Amino acid sequence: MHFSLLSVLAQALRGQRGWAPHWRDADPRDAYDVVIVGGGGHGLATAYYLAKEHGITDVAVLERSHVGSGNVGRNTTIVRSNYGLPGNIPFYERSMKLWEGLEQDINYNAMVSQRGVLNLYHSDGQRDAYARRGNAMRLAGVDAELLDRDGVRAMVPFIDFDNARFPVKGGLLQRRGGTVRHDAVAWGYARAADARGVDIVQNCAVTGIRREGGRVVGVETSRGPIRAKKIALSVAGSSSLVAAMAGLRLPIESHVLQAFVSEGVKPLIDCVMTFGAGHFYISQSDKGGLVFGGDIDGYNSYAQRGNLATIEDVMESGMALWPALGRLRLLRHWGGIMDMSMDGSPIIDRTGIDGLYLNAGWCYGGFKATPAAGFCFAHLVARDEAHPDAAAFRLDRFATGHLIDEKGVGAQPNLH
Amino acid sequence: MRIRCPYCGERDNGEFSYRGDAAPRIAGGDAATPEALHDAVYLRDNPAGPIDELWFHAAGCRAWLVVTRDTRTHAIASVAPARAVARARQTGDAP
Repeated sequence: MHFSLLSVLAQALRGQRGWAPHWRDADPRDAYDVVIVGGGGHGLATAYYLAKEHGITDVAVLERSHVGSGNVGRNTTIVRSNYGLPGNIPFYERSMKLWEGLEQDINYNAMVSQRGVLNLYHSDGQRDAYARRGNAMRLAGVDAELLDRDGVRAMVPFIDFDNARFPVKGGLLQRRGGTVRHDAVAWGYARAADARGVDIVQNCAVTGIRREGGRVVGVETSRGPIRAKKIALSVAGSSSLVAAMAGLRLPIESHVLQAFVSEGVKPLIDCVMTFGAGHFYISQSDKGGLVFGGDIDGYNSYAQRGNLATIEDVMESGMALWPALGRLRLLRHWGGIMDMSMDGSPIIDRTGIDGLYLNAGWCYGGFKATPAAGFCFAHLVARDEAHPDAAAFRLDRFATGHLIDEKGVGAQPNLH
Repeated sequence: MRIRCPYCGERDNGEFSYRGDAAPRIAGGDAATPEALHDAVYLRDNPAGPIDELWFHAAGCRAWLVVTRDTRTHAIASVAPARAVARARQTGDAP
C-alpha cells in the first residue's frame, strides 16, 4: 500500500477501515543469507539498506519481543549532527542527510521536524569549547551557528538568563537538527524492508550462536534453529549478553537512562534546548507534552527502570534553566538500557569470527544515528569492509589507542 | 535504591559514586602485557544478574564499598568495605 494524499483522502471517506497491516508478521524459515539479531531501529534500517543498496533480500530480522519495544521507542526523539571529532562528524552528518530524505525514501510519515537544536553555554570557557565544535562542524560542511545572549533570547525568551550560578551566555545552534517520531521510524523501516522481501520475525529470542570451524553458521532461537551465512548483531542494551553467546567480551557496560514526559500543554518551546551547566535536554511533542531527560543513572543495569536520585537531579537541572517547568505535572517516565562503551562512541565492525558482525556501543546517542548506522552496517555486512563514514568505529580501537572520546573522560562509561 | 553502608547505615543511592565492576585486575601488575592492560581497563563481563561492584560513599563516610547487586532488579545482596574484601582475597577468608 502506497501512502499518498489520494490514499489518505480515500481512507478518510471510507472511515479509515481499509488500512491493512504495514508488514507481514513472518514465521522464521530454516535458513537465510543474513540474520539480523534485534528488531529495533538499527536492525530494521540495516535490513532495509541491505535490500535497497546491496540487493540482499534473503534476510530475517529476529526480534525478541515486538518491533519498537526497545530503545527505538524509549528515546527522546532528538536528531542532530553537532559532533566535534573527525571520526564522528561524517557519520552523523550522513545520518542527518538520510533523515532529511527518509520520508520520501520509505514513503512513510516519520514526522521529521528540523526545529533546531540549541546547546546553551554558561561560561567563557564553555563558549570557547562550543565555538571550536561549531567551527569543526562548519569545516566539515555541517551547519552551526554560535549565538550570543540576544540570539538565544530571541528563540527562548522564557528561560532564566540571570540564574546566579548558571547565567545563560549564549548557545550553539544547529538549525537542521530537531526531532523525529521514533515509533514511526521503526514502523517505517519495518514496512519498507518487508516490502523488499525481508522477513521480520517477532517474539523470536536468540538463545545461541552456532559456529563451525571459526565461522558462524546460524542461531538458536526460541522458535527453533535458523541457519545463516552471516549474522549481524544489533541489540544495543544487550550487546554483551548476545556477544557472549559467541564467546566475545565487549568494552561495554549496560546502564539505564530515564526519560520523562509532562502533561500536554499549548506550544511552549519550538526547538530542542539543552542546558550546558548540567545534563538536561527538552523539546515539545506534537501532542503537547514536554519531553525531557538528563544523565544515565550511573550504575550497571538491565532493569529498564531507574531511581529517584536521578529523577531529582534531572528536575533540578530543568528548574535551574526554566523555572516555569515547576508548574507542570509529570505525566510519565520510563527507562531504557544503554550500551555504554568505554569511550562514549559506537562500534560498527567485524568481530574476529567469520560471518559475525557487530553494531553496538551507542551509549545514549543511538536514535539519531539510526539511518546511518543501518546504512553503514549494511555496507559492512554486504561487502565485508567498513563504510568510510564509519571506519573509525572499530572494535579494536581500545587496544590500538584510537579512541573517539568526545567528552574526554576516559574509560569510565557512566561519565560519557 | 538504597545502599546499607557498613559505617553509616542505609542511605539513598544519590550519596554514592559508582566505579563499576569490582572484578577487573591488571594481571601481572607493573609487568603487565598490553593485552592484560587492555582487558582490565576496557573489557567487561557486564552480566545480567549478580555483580560485585565498587561504590564510594562520597556524601557520607567516604569509604569504598564492594556491593553485590542484581543488575536485573537492583536488589542488593550484600555490602562490605572494599578494604575488607581486598584483605579477604589475600588471606582467603570471607570478608
